[in-house]
Amino acid sequence: MNENKNTKLTMSVSPHFKSTETTMGVMLNVIIALLPALIASIFVFRMKAFMVIATSVVSCVIFEYIARKLMKKENTIYDLSAVVTGILLAFNLPSNIPLWIVVLGALIAIVVVKQFFGGLGQNFVNPALAARIILMSSFPARMSSWPLPGKDVTVTGATPMALLKQHNMDALPSIKDMFFGLHGGSLGETCAIALILGGLYLMIKKVITPTIPLTYIATVAIGMLFASKFDLTFTLYEILGGGLLLGAIFMATDYVTCPVTEKGRFIYALCAGILTLLIRLFASMPEGVSFSIILMNIFTPQIDKITRTKPFGFIKEKKAKKAKEEK
Amino acid sequence: MKGTKLQDVLKARFKNHGGARVSHYKNTKAQKVVRMPAPAKVLLPMQQHIGAPCTPTVKVGDEVAIGQVVGDSEAFVSAPIHATVSGKVTAVGDIKISTGASVPGVTIESDGEMRLYDGIKPPEFDTKEKFLKAVRDSGLVGLGGAGFPAHVKLNFKDELNVDTLIINGAECEPFITVDYREMMDSPSDILYGIYQTKKAIGFKNVIIAVEDNKPDVFDVLKKADEELPESDHSVQFVMLKSEYPQGAEKVLIRSVTGKEVPVGKLPADVGVVVMNVTSIAFLGRYLKTGKPLVSRSLTVDGSAIAEPKNVRVPLGTPICDLIEFCGGFKAEPYKITMGGPMMGITVPEFCMPVIKNNNAILCFAKESLPIKKQTNCINCGKCVRTCPMKLIPCRISKAYTNKNVEDLQALWATNCMECGCCSYVCPAGIPLVQNIKLGKALLREEKLKEEAAK
Repeated sequence: MNENKNTKLTMSVSPHFKSTETTMGVMLNVIIALLPALIASIFVFRMKAFMVIATSVVSCVIFEYIARKLMKKENTIYDLSAVVTGILLAFNLPSNIPLWIVVLGALIAIVVVKQFFGGLGQNFVNPALAARIILMSSFPARMSSWPLPGKDVTVTGATPMALLKQHNMDALPSIKDMFFGLHGGSLGETCAIALILGGLYLMIKKVITPTIPLTYIATVAIGMLFASKFDLTFTLYEILGGGLLLGAIFMATDYVTCPVTEKGRFIYALCAGILTLLIRLFASMPEGVSFSIILMNIFTPQIDKITRTKPFGFIKEKKAKKAKEEK
Repeated sequence: MKGTKLQDVLKARFKNHGGARVSHYKNTKAQKVVRMPAPAKVLLPMQQHIGAPCTPTVKVGDEVAIGQVVGDSEAFVSAPIHATVSGKVTAVGDIKISTGASVPGVTIESDGEMRLYDGIKPPEFDTKEKFLKAVRDSGLVGLGGAGFPAHVKLNFKDELNVDTLIINGAECEPFITVDYREMMDSPSDILYGIYQTKKAIGFKNVIIAVEDNKPDVFDVLKKADEELPESDHSVQFVMLKSEYPQGAEKVLIRSVTGKEVPVGKLPADVGVVVMNVTSIAFLGRYLKTGKPLVSRSLTVDGSAIAEPKNVRVPLGTPICDLIEFCGGFKAEPYKITMGGPMMGITVPEFCMPVIKNNNAILCFAKESLPIKKQTNCINCGKCVRTCPMKLIPCRISKAYTNKNVEDLQALWATNCMECGCCSYVCPAGIPLVQNIKLGKALLREEKLKEEAAK
C-alpha cells in the first residue's frame, strides 16, 4: 500500500468498461460480408473484374492517406472505411471500364465526397454511389456498355433491366442464371445468392438490422407485382436484375448516410423503394437504385428530425389531457 | 396465497427497451461478508445522501460512542449521521469527498473499544408517523447507490394510492455481490424489514425482484418467509432477465409492473416505491435493535486487488485501510471506482472515506481497462437501440459539442440517467455519457441565465 501512495489515479466519467466493438471491427465485418459477392464477380467476369476491384480499393486507400496528410489530419486508413468504399465503387462499375476511370471514381468518392466534408461519418451522401453517378454523367457510353459473363470483355450486351424495359422477355437469362449472377450488369450486382449471403452475415453479426433491406426490397416487389398485374416472373427479374439487392443490402444501409432510428430507417427505405419503382416504371432509365438511394441520403437529416424518439415515460399531450379530465 | 404453500417465482413479463449485455464478473459471489477491525480513525462527511447536508453537532475533543448523532439537519430531505467508532472527535472541518468537492465533516479517532452509545434502544413504530421518524433517526438512505433518504421515499402523499413495494435485488452492475450476500446470509432480516414496513406504511403488494444470474436466493428467501413468525406469506418473487441496467429504478418498475414512470415524476406517481434489498435488511435489524446506520458491507474487487472480498466496515473508513485489509494491490492501481464499473465514480485519492451509498470499491490495473480508439461517429445507431430511456445519445452528444441548447432540449437530454450503456456499446469509442452530462450542465447554466434575465 505504502509504495503506491504516490501513484496518480486516473479520473474519468463512467462507464469504465467498454465493449470490444470498434469502428474498424464494423468495417471488417462489412468487408467479410462483401467477400462472397467479390469472389462471385471474379468467377463471372474473370480477371477484368479483379483488376477493377484491386485498382479501386488500392486507389481509395491511397487517396484517403494523401487527403488526410495534406489536410494535416490523423491518418484514418486503418479504420478500413476506404477499403469498403473501394469495393463498393468497383461493384457499381462495368467490368470493362478503363482503369483510369476507376481511379478517377476513387478520387471523387474519397477526396471530394468524403474528405472534403470531414471524413468518415461526415459525408452526406454515400461516396461510392456519388462517384458512380458522376462517372455515369461524365462517361455515359463507357458506363453503360455491359460485358456479358466470361473472359471476353468485348462481348457486350443488354442487362436484364434493359431487356425488361424493352419488353424483350425472350432474351432474358434464366432465373437460375439470375440467382448465380450469370448475366450482364455492374460487376458486383449480378450474383444474388452471394449478396443475400453477405446480408445475412451482416444481420447475424448485428452490423445492420433487417429494417432497410427488407423494407426496400418488399416495397419494390409489391409495387412491381401491382404494376405487372401480378406477374411473378417479371417481379422476380426486377428484384434479381439490376442493383436492387446490392443497393438495399450494402448501399442503403451505409450507417453514415441513413437515419439513426429504426423508424427513420423504415421511412427512408420505403421512400427509396417508391423512388426506385417510379424511375424503373416511368423514367427512361432502366435502373434507378443509385439515384433513389442518393436522393434519400439527402433527405436523411429531415427524416432524422421528424423521427426523433420520445423518451421513456413520455405521455402524449392528448392522453395527458384525457387523464386530467378523468380525474 | 394461503398458509405455507410456496409461491411460484414469476418471470418478469414486460420487456424493456434497450439495455446491454455486460459481463457479470461476480468473482466475490461465494465470499461471505467479513468484518474489518476498527480503523484508527474515521472521516464522516456531512453529505452522504441526496438532499441537504447535515451540520456537525459535536465539537473537537468530544467523546463519542457508536450510534451517537454527530451531524443532523432541519431540512426534510436529509438524514442524520452517526458516530461509527467510539473515541474522540479530533477535527470538525472540510473533508474532500469522491466528487472532488470539499464538504464539512467530522473526524473521529478510535479508542479501539467500539463502545455502543447508551441511548440506543429499539424504536417504537406502532403508528406510521412513529415508523417514519424511526426510519429518519436510523440515518438510512438508499444503500444501492442512489443515497436517497428512505424516510422521504416512504413519506408519499396519500392521494397517490401507493400500494406496491418493490425490493430491488437485481444488482445489475458487474463485480458487486453485497446485495446477493445479504439475501443469502440474512434473509430473515430482509423479510422482517419487509413485513414491518408493509404493516406500518400500508402496502398491499411486496415484490422481491432479482436478476436470473442468482436464482439460488429465492429458495433461501422463501424458506425464511415460511419460518418468520411475522410473515403473512404475501411476498411475491419475480425473476428478471440479466441485462444491464435492470436494477435502475424506472427500468425495474417497468420490468416488474409494466408501468412507465412519467417524465419528471417519481415512482410513487405510478403507485410504487422501490427499496434496495440491503436497505430493507438494515431496516429489519434496526427495528429490532435500534442500532443506526453505522456500518455497511461492500465488495472490494478489481484486477489490482490482491484478495477480493466482501467486507463490512464502519462508515467513514478510509479506502486505503480497506484495501490494506484486502491484501493491498497486486498490480499498479490505475483507476479506483466507488460503485460498479458502469456508473461508479473514480476517486482522486487513496484515503477517501467510505460513505453510506457506497456498495463497492473496485481497483483496476491499466491493462484491464483497454482504451478504445476514438473515431468520428459513424451513425450506426447502436446507442439508440441500447438506451433504456429511449433517447438518441449520439445526437445529444453532437448537440453538446455544437453547444446547441435548442437541440439538447428537443432531444430530452435531461432524461438521461447516465447508466453508461451508450458509451459501453459505441464502436467509435465516443465518451457519450460524458458529453451528455456536460450537455445537461449546459442546460442548467442556460436555465439559470434565463432566470437571472427575468
